[in-house]
Amino acid sequence: MSDRADAIDGARAISPFLLGVVPFGLVYGVTAIDRGLDPTLVAAMSAIVFAGAAQLAAVDLIAKGSPAVVVLATILVVNLRYPMYAASIAPHFRAFTTRSRAICAYLMTDQAYAVALTEYREQDTSPDRRLWYYVGAAFTLWIAWQLSTITGILVGARVPPGLSLEFAIPLTFLALLVPNVTDRASALAALVGGVGTVLGANLPYDVSLVAAALAGVVVATILDDALATDATDGSAEEEA
Amino acid sequence: MIDDAGVLWLVVLAGGVGTYALRASFVVVVGRVDEIPPRIERALEFVPAAVLAALVVPAVVAVDASGGALVLPTVAYSPKLPAAAIAALVAWKTENVLATIAAGMVALWTLQAI
Repeated sequence: MSDRADAIDGARAISPFLLGVVPFGLVYGVTAIDRGLDPTLVAAMSAIVFAGAAQLAAVDLIAKGSPAVVVLATILVVNLRYPMYAASIAPHFRAFTTRSRAICAYLMTDQAYAVALTEYREQDTSPDRRLWYYVGAAFTLWIAWQLSTITGILVGARVPPGLSLEFAIPLTFLALLVPNVTDRASALAALVGGVGTVLGANLPYDVSLVAAALAGVVVATILDDALATDATDGSAEEEA
Repeated sequence: MIDDAGVLWLVVLAGGVGTYALRASFVVVVGRVDEIPPRIERALEFVPAAVLAALVVPAVVAVDASGGALVLPTVAYSPKLPAAAIAALVAWKTENVLATIAAGMVALWTLQAI
């Protein structure tokens, strides 16, 4: 198959996910403008950081007046899931050139990772096919993210106030959270992260998010074995 | 708000470089590292749940954090709480971002109108 056909296959595979990405990008653009951020910065962040959840969290903290270090730490903690994706997809990228791998890394998203890994696991694919399938999927998502962000920025100024539109942000995170709570240990991570952030709300410099999220990861990792051995009776519900 | 626009751009650039480093980690250095330790890998699996919950919960309950660093914050009822519960149910049933946002927003508008 040609590179072009492989890329189109990838683009096709990721297209259902755009239904979730486009509203996310719109919400990001609209709320960032609504909170008074510089439109150029908001758009540039989509290209420079290119990570929706981290961008939304950063916009929220910037608008609240958090210190620069806390905004940066939050971006990095929210993106700590990427080394996990990188480690799991790396063997499939081994035959690529360093330059191709560097580009693939920049384009990595939750969706591109999920779509590509599904393809690699189901098919015995050539390195060429793997590369172009991934680039087709990941670049399609990149375009959709930039366009929806810019659209959100342009629309942002015209959205009437009083619609509680800022609530769309935690709802987006909620939609991503639910499938990530798969067992008792991940439910515990969510519980500690969620409750901990509220309990730490009075801590200085808005460090509560970073601190509570890390605490959730640590507690779940420590109790992972205990929770796994004594529990087979179904997964715990996440709390909102 | 961070007053200096230059500082703000620096934060965004550093956030971009850091995020790229996280994405490139095992992909670009794959020649040297084949496997990350299982314990670390398992820990990384908990990151999305912990981080996303930390983003959701304070935005859903009304937190009064004006009491100072040594005081526990007070939490009040907000119509966002039941709206988020409905959205969580929709998220669980559909695993669809759009449906989740729609359900939560409609629920909130309805509760605010009552």
